Formats: sequence, C-alpha cells, structure tokens
Amino acid sequence: MIISSLTFLIIFAVIGAILYGQRLIKTEKSDAVFGNPERSKGGIHWVVVGSSFLLFLWLYYSWDIAKAFYPKSANEICQVAKVRESMLSLKYLFPIDERQHKSTAIIHRENENIQNYISEISSNPNLSEVDKNTYINILEKIKLSIPYLTNEKYLEFETKNTINKLTDRINNLTNVFPTNNFPPALALDEERILNEGLSKQLGWGATGMEIPPLPETKLGLKYHKAAEELTLISDEFFQIRNHNPQYKLLTNDIKSDIKNHRDKLNDNQELEITLLKEINKLNKRIQFASIFPPTTLVQFEQAVRNFDNVQKKEQGSIATKDALLFPGGTIVSSGPTCAEDGPGRWLPKPSDTFRIFADMLKPSVGFKFVPMFWYEMMGVNKIVGFILPDWIADIIPGKYPIHSSDGQVKPNFKSKVLDIVTGNFEAFKIPVPVGHIWDSFLRVFLGLVFGIILGVPLGIFMGLNRFAKGFFDPLVELYRPVPPLAWAPLVITVFGIDNVGKIFLLFMVSLSIMIISARAGASGTQLSKIHAAHSLGASRWQILREVIFPNSLPEILTGIRVAVGMCWGTLVAAEFLAGTTGIGFVENVARKYMQYEVIWITIFVMGMLGLLFDITIRKIIDKTIPWRGKG
Amino acid sequence: MSDLVSQDLNMVFRSPKGETVHALKDVTFKLKKGELLTVLGPSGCGKTTLLNITAGFLRPTSGKITLGGNEINGPGVERGMVFQQGALFEWLTVAQNVNFGLRMKKVDQKTTEKKVEEWLEIVGLKGFGNTPTYQLSGGMQQRVALARCLINDPELILMDEPLGALDALTREKMQSLVLKIWKETGKTIILITHSVEEALLLGERVYVMAPRPGRIHKEYKLPFASKGLNQDLREIKNDKEFVSKREEILSMIWNMEEEIMGKEAG
Repeated sequence: MIISSLTFLIIFAVIGAILYGQRLIKTEKSDAVFGNPERSKGGIHWVVVGSSFLLFLWLYYSWDIAKAFYPKSANEICQVAKVRESMLSLKYLFPIDERQHKSTAIIHRENENIQNYISEISSNPNLSEVDKNTYINILEKIKLSIPYLTNEKYLEFETKNTINKLTDRINNLTNVFPTNNFPPALALDEERILNEGLSKQLGWGATGMEIPPLPETKLGLKYHKAAEELTLISDEFFQIRNHNPQYKLLTNDIKSDIKNHRDKLNDNQELEITLLKEINKLNKRIQFASIFPPTTLVQFEQAVRNFDNVQKKEQGSIATKDALLFPGGTIVSSGPTCAEDGPGRWLPKPSDTFRIFADMLKPSVGFKFVPMFWYEMMGVNKIVGFILPDWIADIIPGKYPIHSSDGQVKPNFKSKVLDIVTGNFEAFKIPVPVGHIWDSFLRVFLGLVFGIILGVPLGIFMGLNRFAKGFFDPLVELYRPVPPLAWAPLVITVFGIDNVGKIFLLFMVSLSIMIISARAGASGTQLSKIHAAHSLGASRWQILREVIFPNSLPEILTGIRVAVGMCWGTLVAAEFLAGTTGIGFVENVARKYMQYEVIWITIFVMGMLGLLFDITIRKIIDKTIPWRGKG
Repeated sequence: MSDLVSQDLNMVFRSPKGETVHALKDVTFKLKKGELLTVLGPSGCGKTTLLNITAGFLRPTSGKITLGGNEINGPGVERGMVFQQGALFEWLTVAQNVNFGLRMKKVDQKTTEKKVEEWLEIVGLKGFGNTPTYQLSGGMQQRVALARCLINDPELILMDEPLGALDALTREKMQSLVLKIWKETGKTIILITHSVEEALLLGERVYVMAPRPGRIHKEYKLPFASKGLNQDLREIKNDKEFVSKREEILSMIWNMEEEIMGKEAG
C-alpha cells in the first residue's frame, strides 16, 4: 500500500519537476550564455528528479513495485518456474534450447574421446606393447557398442512402447492444459493438505522463504499440477535404458575385459590403473546417456515442443509481469523452493528493508541481543569507578583495615576512598547510551580525541623546533604510510578485540593525520605575524597560544575532518575483523547469514553517520574559523 | 636621551649557492628623539634589512645599533612595528588586535578598554571594535595596525611601506594621519617607502639608499613634514621646491636603477 502510493508519488514528482524545470529554463536569464557558472545554481527540482529517479530504480530493480502491485506475481512465476524446471531435462534432449540432439552431442564427443585415447596410448612410451594392444582393443569395442544403441533394428519393443506411452501422456496434458478441465478436481485430502499449507504460508519477502512455493492462484495451481505430472513423466523417461540384449552382451564383455586386466595389475602401476579407470568411465557414460536411434524420439520431441508452446501461450499475464516487473532476472524453482534470481536477490526491497530496520531499532530486538541505539540506566557509582583510577586509594598513607578477632571489618578512611574509586557505593542512576551505533561512534570519538590531544601539541612542536621535527619524523613517517588495517591484526592481538584495541588503532590513524596537519599549520604561520607579536611584547608561550595556535586552527580542523573520515573507514573494517558489537560487526554477521536487508541497512547507517560527522565538523569549522581563506 | 644610533652596520647574506650579498655596508646614522626619518631607495638596497635589524628581527653581521644607549639584541616593546600588509591577527576582532600588546602585558581590563577606545578614535575607527579584521578594507586594516602598535607607547615606530598597498585616495588620508600622530605623540618614526613623494612629504629627514652594497647614498633635511601638519598636502605637492626636490631624487634613483640594469646586462 505504502509502496504503491510511493510509486505514484515518484512518477508525479518526476513529471512535475521536469515540467517545472522546462518552464524555468525559458525564463532563466543566465542560461543565455553557455559556460556561465550561474547556470549551475539552484535547481532544487532537479534534486527531486534525481532522488526520485534513484528511489524508483531501487523500487523497480528490487522488484518491490511488483510486490506492491501484484503481491502474488512471484508465487505465480514460481509455479511457471516449476514447469520450466520439470521440463528442463526433457528439453535438453532435443535441439529446443540447444543446438544438437543430446544423443548426437554425446556420440560426437565420446567418439572423439575414444580416438584421443587411442592415439595417446599408442604413443605413450611408458606402456608395454601388450597393454597398449589390450587397451586399444577395449576402446575399439566401446566404439563398436555405439551402433547397438543407435540402430533402429536393435530397439526393443518394450522400450518403444514405453516411449509411446509417455508421448501420449504429454500429448494428453497438452490437450487438457488450456481447458478448464485442468487441473482435475483435487482429492479431498489433497485439497486439505494444500489449504493447510497455504494457511501457514508466509508472504513474499524477507519473512522466511524468499518466495512462497505453494500455488496461491488458480492459474498457479494449473502450472503446479502440470509440473507435477511432467516431473513424473520425466523421471519415467530417464529410467528407460536402451540396453538391448546385443548391447548388454557387448558391454558385459567390455566390463569383464577391464576387470580381468585390472586384476592383473599390481598397485604400483598407477598409469595403467588410471587409464583403465578412464576407459571404464567412458564406457559408463555411453551406457547411461539415454542414447536412442535418431528417429525413435521424433514424436516424443514433438510432444515436448507442443506442450512447451502451449504452456508459454497459457502464461498470459504472468509472462507480462515477469517481463515488465522483474528486470534483470526472474524467479527460479529448485526442488521444493523458489528463489529470486537477479537483482531482487541482493537488492533488498525497500519495504522489507524499512520493516527490518524498524525492528532492529526496537531495543528489545536489536541485533545479536544488542540494540542498535538505546539507553541503559547506569549508577553514577559505576561511572565514577570507571573514571577514577584505583591507585588513588593505594597512595593514601596508612593501611587497609584488617579484620578483628570478632570477625568484623571496620572501614577506615583508606578503605572508604577505595570504595569510591572502585564505584562500590550507592548512587542514583542516569541513562547512558548503548548499542551498536553508539559503540562505533564512541570508538571513533575516543580514537579521535586521543589522537588530537597528543597529535596537535606534538605537531605544533615539530613545526617549530628542529630537534622535535628531526626526532619524531622517522617514527611518524615509518608507521604512517602503512595502511591502518595492516596494523589491525597486531594491535588487536596486543590490545584485545574489544574497545581498547580498536580505539588504539583509530588513535594511530588520527595521530599521524593530526601531527601532519598541526605541523603544517604551525610552520605555515606568516613570519610578519610572529614579528608583530614579538614587537608587541608577547612571550614565547603567548606567541604559541595567541598566534601560532589560532593560525594553525584551519589546518588542524581540516586535519580533524580528514581524520574522521579515515577513522570511520578503518573502524568498520576493524569491526569486521573482530569484536562483538558495532556497525561493522553487524554487517559482518549479516554477510555470513546472507541477510541482504541488514547489509544494506548497515551501509545506510554508516553513510548517514559519516555524513553526520562531516556536517558537524563543517559546522564547527564555519563557526570557529570564519576568517579561513580571508587573512 | 633615547636616540637611535647606528654604527658601521654591516649585513651580509649568503645565498644557498654560496654567493654573498652585501645588503648593508657601514651604515652609520643617528636619529634624535622625535624625528621622522623616511628611507627611500630602489628595490634591493637594504631598506627592509635596516628596518628588521632595528626591530631586532635580524642580527647584523657586524657593527651595532643602540636605542637610548641599549644595544638592540632582539625584538622589544619599545620598538613598535607596522607592516606592509598590516599583519593583523585575523582571528581577533579590531579591539582584540589593538589591545594585543596590553593583554600580553596583562594590563587590567578597565585601562585596556579605555585605551582601546582612545586609539580607535584617533585612527578613526570608532565603533569598529567588534568587527572581525578580515571584513575591513586595506586602509582600515592599516589603521588597526597603527593603533595596535601605538597603544604600546613605543619609543620608536618602524613602518615598513605601510601605505604601499593602498589606493591613492586612502594613501593620502593615511599620510595625514601619520603626520598627525607624529605631531601629537612626538614619537621617533622610521618609515620606509617606495614613493618619492611620500618620502618627501612625511620625512623630516630623508635617506636615499643605494644598492650593492646597500648604503646611505644621500641625506636630506626637509621642511615639508612640518608644513604638512597645518597645510593641505596637495598644496605642498605643488610647491616649487617640493617639485624640484622630487625630480632630483627621482632622477637619482633612476640612475641607480639603470646602473643596476647595466651591471646585470654586462
């Protein structure tokens, strides 16, 4: 319902915006001169067209439009796919979708194989002459066995009869298929089972099975039943063996030849054993390849072709929907299930995606028992205990209390301080954020903050001092060019898969960027400004704080902006490697279970968070350094 | 007596290629308190080097320069500097720029505010205190630079082509401002300029410097600066004496420039 209205809305928006844009073009004065930069200004309506177009592509290629307007179309196409699947091996016998008869192709190929083996064996210096003769003899025999399969006069009556029967069954099906008599009324218990299955069957989409397989419409039922019948026919056909007595005699002879020779070989003769195995395989391939004389299957082939044509004609609206609303692929049947084969598979439907996203946002659902973004009540004592280091209590003079003889422990000042720094006291609770998104955010934030705290002073120092630059440059330049992820295995091993390891990795990323940008900022200060500050009586520290630092702020903030992007990218990859929370972790798990909706959700969340970071920093830049580029 | 005394000042620069450039050679002069000296000369004659040494940004190769008997050994508050491009701190407002020196000295806020008001009024920027400096025009920026320097009450004011980047009209206004400040404060001022007219108009004394090696070529004592205090500057410019002096110095500089060109061509 929502999606179908949305589809119409998109179409209206696109048409409306295009018309509006067309009208505007005529009145826009700056459009008179091609190349005038003014021509690129404005155009919010084109944004509407662009985003609508994108959304429409998503809806269309994820087959969500098909789902919105024809929720049962996938189920119907599934039934057609069942027919296609049941006919697959039958059609494969004949030049319907192929170039040659299957028998022809096999005979051609195996004759070639035999010829190749013969020439290979006769030129092989590692075989004895006796062996060579034996093998070539066997191969010649196999070659001679083929005519027994392809000659009409050896064909047994029984075989012919079975083929005729099957042909009749297909013809019969072809005749009734278009009529209302097909499918015949279901038996009572059959109908009961079907209805029971249908009542339990879930809808199309990410609800369970991709496509509900049981036929939900009358037309679907027709194809479903036809597929059942065709599967039976096909199974029966492929049980037919064109093994007439003459052929059997010869193959048994070949088999015993192979066996006799094999018995004579000892286990060291690997070449001979392999060759014999190959020859045996070749013989078997011919034996079970459903090779028939060229004219035997003419009527059967015609029957298959006829039915194929009839079923295609009868598809009617299903074929149209398939062609129009299922771009880039279709629905295929495989055994008991149907699946999307095309962009519908890896491009999740917006409807499913938003539903799953809404589910994941529920704190009670989340992902892997952790909510995406929620809050938790936490005692202030825990936070205090986390922030204050425990050694504060240790350095207080005195000793921790010792239990008395009546089994009591009397707290003293030192132990009370220990209670405070370890968070062992009663306090009110405040909400703290938790969840995958928060964890990822916090990691980036902390990594960045530590990088800034250490990197900016160090960078400025390096920009101002020959010793500092020379001393720290090798260190920074040695680790900086290494891709951050290359450090990940090492850092994670040392600092653990949880927060510390990741924060340290991000710290490394942001540190080098901050050092370089702060250094560039500090060493880029105009000399005249420093001179001015000097002659205005500023001390070294004052010059550092009042001139060099503000002067390098633009560079530092640009550095932060770059660092945020780098950290964000590194974090997600690091979460891929190891961990139990975070957006990257969610995506990695979703990848393992092929939850395409969740994968796309994580992609969107990451994009949005990255954008949010960038916008925030841009706002901060505009606020704190309005003079940038104007000095 | 806080006179500026320079004795045999030499400055030799060594380029990375190993060539030596004699930027200043045996520069000796004496500037009494309250004098306004303008320094003129073709480019590369060591004007700015002289100023930088006086400010304490450069150490001379040999010789010494003293202000009130104290050898100049580094930058100091007693020598204020006004730069060509203003060199304002663009992250600060006009008032914050002007009171920079006072803040560095940690003068109490009340005095600071009062002084800033005073100086903004003198340079004609009253009411611009909270404006960011990057929003000011070039002339206004130079006024801020002037106020920033003067609020520190330096004994000596050094100006490195302070009006060079201004348009003609603004320039003239600023020239009167400089004269006015000179008169009202009685400061010693050294002003470097490219413009002969400006040098003549403002300089009580004018040094024409010659390049290669940089040295004082000729010295003038002129009446125009004192005249300019109560006379229209444009009238002075049309004064016969002024015109003849201007032509004399111009041709002198032209000759120097031609000599350089000749040297380079040869």
